[in-house]
Amino acid sequence: MDELDRALINTLQGGFPICEQPYAEVAARVGSDEAAVIAHIDSLLQRGLLSRFGPMYHAEQMGGALSLAAMQIPPDDYERVATVVNRQPEVAHNYERNHRLNMWFVLATETPEGQREAIARIEAEAGHPVYNMPKIREYFVELKLQV
Amino acid sequence: MNAPKELKLLDETDRRIIQATQAGLPLTARPYHTIAAQLGVEAAEVMHRMQRMLDLGIIRRIGAVPNHYALGYRANGMTVWDVADDQIDELGARVGRLDFVTHCYQRPRHLPDWPYNLFAMVHGRTREEVEEKARVIAVLLGAASRGDDILYSTRILKKTGLRIGA
Repeated sequence: MDELDRALINTLQGGFPICEQPYAEVAARVGSDEAAVIAHIDSLLQRGLLSRFGPMYHAEQMGGALSLAAMQIPPDDYERVATVVNRQPEVAHNYERNHRLNMWFVLATETPEGQREAIARIEAEAGHPVYNMPKIREYFVELKLQV
Repeated sequence: MNAPKELKLLDETDRRIIQATQAGLPLTARPYHTIAAQLGVEAAEVMHRMQRMLDLGIIRRIGAVPNHYALGYRANGMTVWDVADDQIDELGARVGRLDFVTHCYQRPRHLPDWPYNLFAMVHGRTREEVEEKARVIAVLLGAASRGDDILYSTRILKKTGLRIGA
């Protein structure tokens, strides 16, 4: 990573402008030029140092539902259940974690009913209960990873 | 509660803008013009509608999401806490403001198996670094936290972009 890469990661975690030439405005902030800013963002995305660049939409505000759910799966059944969970289109992320509740996944559905249906389907196909943990409240976090 | 009234805040054009941008913003000198040209609407209208969605909180923010893992933050700990219900909002807000916490949520307990109701995601280069940061949270919560744990991801089983039907 060069200096411009670092400056872009540090300044672009929010507040990208909505205007005619937003990359030129960002370039002015970081002391570079428009073409270099565009090329560097492209390269950061290509190299996987940024996982996304653009507007972050708020699923619940759009009528959708997001939830975090967990399951407790015995080791000898783990791979089968992982296959069951992963093949559900509503499951966006799924992680193995070092806890008695050892499978944690994010469910993204267009409606709250869709979330209930997905959970019922996973419980039926997996044969293990799902602990659904939709957020009750989200506490504001600043986005501030400095590199 | 009524059906989500926010749905009515979005019309067909908003939804087309959402679909055109949820994978990312075009890397062109005039990105909002590029979207406008794709959709056959005026650039000024795209900018106006995106600003409105930002003001309404439908767009949380516009910017970059760093890939913590690729940037060297390989130990990502989900710290979880059993916080007294009457103090969780005040304390949750303070935990969220710590500069190393990237997500902070109150979630339901599932007693007796899962007593934790506050989740704070902490990124570190090593588990020791995550544990050090967790101790800062522990000090902040004090006696209001009756138990805690740190869960690390040991394997990614599935990771796809979050796509919301619009």
